[in-house]
Parts: sequence; C-alpha cells; structure tokens
Amino acid sequence: MTRTLPGVFRVGVARIGYELKTYVRTPDSMFFNFSFPLMMLLVFSVAFSAQDFGIPQLGIEVSSAEYYLPAMIAMGIFISGAQNLGIDIATERNDGTLKRLAGSPIAPVSYFMGKFGQVFITGFVQLVILLVVGGVFLGAGLPSEPMKWLTLSWIFVLGIVSSAVLGITMSAIPRSAKSATSVIVPPLLILQFVSGVYLQFSQLPEWLQDIASLFPLKWIAQGMRYVFLPDAYAGGEIGGQWNLSGVAIVLAVWFVVGTVGAALTFRWTKRD
Amino acid sequence: MSDVAVAVNQLTKQYGSLNAVDDISFAIALGETFVLLGPNGAGKSTTIEILEGFRRRTAGEVLVLGEDPYKGDRAFRARIGIVLQQAGDLGRLTVRQTLQHFASLYPDPRDVDEVIHAVDLASKSEVAIRKLSGGQQHRVDVALGMIGNPELLFLDEPTTGFDPEVRRQFWEVIRRLQAEGTTIMLTTHYLDEAEELGDRAGIIIDGKLVALDAVSQIGGRKLRVPVISWIEDGHKRSERSEQPAAFVAELVARLGREPERLNVRTPTLEDVYLEMLDGRNDA
Repeated sequence: MTRTLPGVFRVGVARIGYELKTYVRTPDSMFFNFSFPLMMLLVFSVAFSAQDFGIPQLGIEVSSAEYYLPAMIAMGIFISGAQNLGIDIATERNDGTLKRLAGSPIAPVSYFMGKFGQVFITGFVQLVILLVVGGVFLGAGLPSEPMKWLTLSWIFVLGIVSSAVLGITMSAIPRSAKSATSVIVPPLLILQFVSGVYLQFSQLPEWLQDIASLFPLKWIAQGMRYVFLPDAYAGGEIGGQWNLSGVAIVLAVWFVVGTVGAALTFRWTKRD
Repeated sequence: MSDVAVAVNQLTKQYGSLNAVDDISFAIALGETFVLLGPNGAGKSTTIEILEGFRRRTAGEVLVLGEDPYKGDRAFRARIGIVLQQAGDLGRLTVRQTLQHFASLYPDPRDVDEVIHAVDLASKSEVAIRKLSGGQQHRVDVALGMIGNPELLFLDEPTTGFDPEVRRQFWEVIRRLQAEGTTIMLTTHYLDEAEELGDRAGIIIDGKLVALDAVSQIGGRKLRVPVISWIEDGHKRSERSEQPAAFVAELVARLGREPERLNVRTPTLEDVYLEMLDGRNDA
C-alpha cells in the first residue's frame, strides 16, 4: 500500500527548476542580485573612462573597464550567494514558504540542492554576461593563459558556495519578510566597500583590512585581480603576492564551517 | 490497523505560565470530519499545529495516524495534508506549475488537473497565483493540501474572511473529499460551517475542551430542549419544554386565543455555543 517516497536527489533537481523559475520572475532578485554587478561595471567604466589605472613607471596601461571587471565579477559572485540567499531564505522563513515545506515530505537536503543549484546557475550566467560585456564590448580583454581560466573556475566555485553559506547563516536574522532586504543588504554593502570592490584594498587602514579578511569577498576579489590584471599588480597586494593558497584556504574553511553550522542550526520554522 | 486517525490524551501546551491548551482529550475516527470550535485565542490553532507537527507539546500524548507528529518523518508527512491559516508565500508561478511541483514531492499524488478542477480553478490554471483574488488563492492552498492524496487533512480556519458565495464553493470541495473517505480535522469560529461539514465537534474555550459530541448533540440534552417564546400582556415570555406541541396547546387553552408572536424552535449549534460562551463570561 505504501509507495516509496520520491528520491532526495530527484526532488532536489525538481527544486532547482522551481527555484530558477521563481528567481527569474522576481523583479527584486533580477535587478538587485542579477543585473547589479553589470550596471555597476557600466557605471564605473564610463565614469572613469578618462582615467588610467595602469602603472606608468612600468609602462602598463589599464582602462577603467579592465580595472573594475575583476571587482564586479567578485561582487557578482558574492551577492549571488550571500545577498540572494540571505534575503530569499529569510523571506521564505517569515512568509510561510518554509512552514508549507515543513508540512510536506520534502527533505531539507533537497531544499538546499534547489537553493545551491539556483545560486550556481544564476551566478554562472551572470559571470558569462560580465565576461562578454566587460571583456569584449568594453574592451577589457580576457585572460589568455589556461592557468588563469582554471583559477577563475575554482574561485568561482569556492567563492559562490562560501558566499551562499554566509547568506544562509544571515537568513536567520530578519524577523519579518518585509524587513529581510533592509536587514541583509546594509552589512553586505559595507563589506563590499571594505573588501576591495569599490575602493582599493591596499589603501584601507590595516584594522579594516583585518576585518574584511574574515569574510569571503576580500579573497574572491583578490583572486579575480590575479586572473584579470597584469602580473605586476601583485605588488599592490598585501605582502606583494597574490596569495592564491590563502584564497583557497579561507574560502574552503568558510564553506566547510558554514555548511556544518547551517546543517546544525537550520530550522524550517521559527522557534515555537 | 486501528480505526483511530487522531488520538489526543490530556494534551497541554504552556507558554510561560499560560496554559494555551489545558488538558484536552479527544479522538478522531478514520473517515470522520471533526471540528474544533472556539472563539479567537481559545487554543484552536495551537492544538491543530501540535497535531500537524509544527509545535511541541508541554504534556500529554498525541498520536496522529499512529505516530508522534512532532517526530514525524517524511513518510508520515506524505500521509497528511495541511491547509495553513494564512499563507502569503506563493505567487510568482502559475497555479499549474505550483501544483505540479508540489505533486512531485509526494509518493502517490493526485492528478494535477483533477485537483485544479476540484477547487474550480480550471480557468485560472495558467495564471500566476499572485494575480488571483484572495478567495482563489485560498483555493490554491486547499489544492496544495490535497495534492499529496492525504489520508488526513488539517484545515485551520479555512474560510475566515471569505464571502458567503466563496465559502459555499469551499464547502463543496470539502464534501467531495469527505465522500472519498478522507479524514478531516478543521478549526473554525463559524457555527454554520461546523454544522455543514462536521460529524463531531469539540468546543474549546480558554484552552479547555468544554464540550465534545456529535454536532447534532453537542452541549447535551438540556441545552437542546426546544424553546417556546411568545408575547403576553406586552411582555416577552419564553419557556423550555420537551413537549413543545403539548405546551403550546396548553398555552392556547390558557389564553383562550392565539398567542402573539408565537415561536417554537429547537436550539441550533449557535444557540448552544453562545450559551456556553455566556456561561464563561458570567463565571
């Protein structure tokens, strides 16, 4: 009489489709999460188009588009994970979505497969658009060495999953669906300013650098500068090095600790 | 296999020092429709949410389809259906997309088109849920409650805020589920709804179950004794009698004429219920 429950993996795949359809029909997420880095890239490229971001002593010229492309790619990865999921899950916890799911036979693993799938796919499409618009149309150019493409790939993967677990953790903070955006966005925006997205990281006071170094964004941005800027720019980094192993370690720790933390603390509904 | 769908024994739920649910016991048989009636804040929603597995109880025993709902696993949740009190979570996708997705979560779901038809939304199936009226959105909630083909369906104040026409349509949906043998538990503060749909009812006031019986019997014999009312010498008079016809005959004989504004009626659930609420307020 009892039929077997649909598999956790199969339901997870179905969730990815459901989440993506919902994402593309939500104007807020399409605007503030999906299009925002592209808009910022256009704004910065145009606003500073007369400026040279190069190193004249070494005869290196860098346009505004070239200089801001890695920053906006890093920011896109970060908000696709942290801001998107932080707002999304906080809203779902407070508007009844999670309660409805809690009353259905879905496994939390399937639910998170849907979230990670959505974050991965939207983040990837966003990355491709930034590469095409920034690299080709705005003339920033794209890396030619395979090594740099490989680095871009692993930073994207580690960056987006570590940002996603930061978002999941933050989703526990808002107390209502309406306040979700206003609670999640400001701290993440501050983090963007202190992590070397809009402002040059090496020129920030040391204590701010130390705080920013605790979060994934600073490391994603650093890795992206390695991928897109001339090698001589390593001199502008802390210690004069790209420190890619540091990038890998911090992002991996974030992912592992964050996943364990989320698995231990996640609840479908608000505490009774 | 037992024929009891829900067994509640001395259930208590405390919030701080307040007993939101205070030592209540009742059972629901398979195939039965049980109505939990009570004013706002009486403990109806707390009780049904404990049975749905959303809330933890403070004391007492609760078995839903033979299991402790708070510890219910996926297989348990596949056997129940829940219609939430107020839901604002759905919206971006169409009625059909949403139902198809939720159907995919269950081992033995109903046919999506059948469900859409049952809740009378066939003409709206390709419309985004947020563009539907409040009543139509609530029918989507009911559709989601039944999509998994549950043995037991919970409905928490399902028609609060509906206009009469929409309530009648909703009752039709429930009657169809009853005819198919689904066990139903619903809470409401509408007496007519309890009378229309319920087999048995419990009345909960201040967390206590003050009455529990078949809907037609609830309140006991005494409160159900017919009431004869008339006007005599300009004053309104009323008496209760087990033999109302004989009483009226005597009355006519005594007055020597037709009594003015004569009315004989058997108390409805509403009368019984209001009398109980009065009793509480006097205490």
